[in-house]
Amino acid sequence: MRARVVVRLKRGILDPQGSAVKRALEGLGYREVRDLRVGKLLELELDGAASAQARGRLEEMCRRLLANPVTEDFTVEIVEEGTRPNLP
Amino acid sequence: MKFGVVIFPGTWSDCDFHYVIGEVLHQPVRYVWHRDTDLSEYDCVILPGGFSYGDYLRAGAVAGRSPVVGALGDFVARGGLVLGSCNGFQILCEATLLPGALMRNECLQYRCQSTHVVVENAELPFTRGLRPGQVLKMPISHGEGKYYADLETLRHLKARNRIVFRYCTEVGEVTKEANPNGSVENIAGVVNEEGTVLGLMPHPERAAEAAVGGTDGLLLFHSLIGSLVEDGSFLKR
Repeated sequence: MRARVVVRLKRGILDPQGSAVKRALEGLGYREVRDLRVGKLLELELDGAASAQARGRLEEMCRRLLANPVTEDFTVEIVEEGTRPNLP
Repeated sequence: MKFGVVIFPGTWSDCDFHYVIGEVLHQPVRYVWHRDTDLSEYDCVILPGGFSYGDYLRAGAVAGRSPVVGALGDFVARGGLVLGSCNGFQILCEATLLPGALMRNECLQYRCQSTHVVVENAELPFTRGLRPGQVLKMPISHGEGKYYADLETLRHLKARNRIVFRYCTEVGEVTKEANPNGSVENIAGVVNEEGTVLGLMPHPERAAEAAVGGTDGLLLFHSLIGSLVEDGSFLKR
């Protein structure tokens, strides 16, 4: 089973890195970008099949280590067995 | 009365702390490996600066879940003192021994410079040799030192006098210009509810000899040693 975890800064928390990347895009002429925030993508390969229990354990991993609950939100996506995560 | 200086893979201020405590202040001090969990011989455990585990994932995130940090909860419950500087402060926040988080500097630059901080709470084992309003000059050296806590946490910290240091000008004014990293309300150091776990971004161990730019950092060590000497039963064991 594969899973994909996305960790983002909480809304309302200033993201100076995102602002700097947005300004760089503006410098390249992409003035339509109104907001840009940088997050993290974590890809996990796990033993066992997708299940509610597996999702629960992934969310626990996020709460305990992968995300900092003070500053970050996370989403967990389970990608079915045998398929690669469908990356944007 | 004994100090333990913790070493994680990637710690870089361990030797500085060990030198200041052992050679400048002539106090007993030993290194503590990050896998050690027996802290019973120490009165004060130091988490030094550096880049523990390469600061992978987030600064202090992996170290915050290490065996030695896991043992700090019991150590603190028995009355032990913990001082975390720079990466040590980040680790203490990641381990939720202190509230809040340390984020990337607002300027996006690594800042290695001298700073001034004003003392707000001089009633702690770490600060009892100081007076409120006193200005200390200590260096910082970090890329992720912007202190953040939500409004409710900030209100609580203020109500309990747990903001220990704020970045300020040479004469003690807390201004935006004196804030090197964008920390909320210029916060440079906070303490836990019991007043026994202190985290700060500046490096007191790098301001402990006149030859290397000042001795204000020594004032923290003098306070600590005074606290430990005067109260031999500091550790309830």
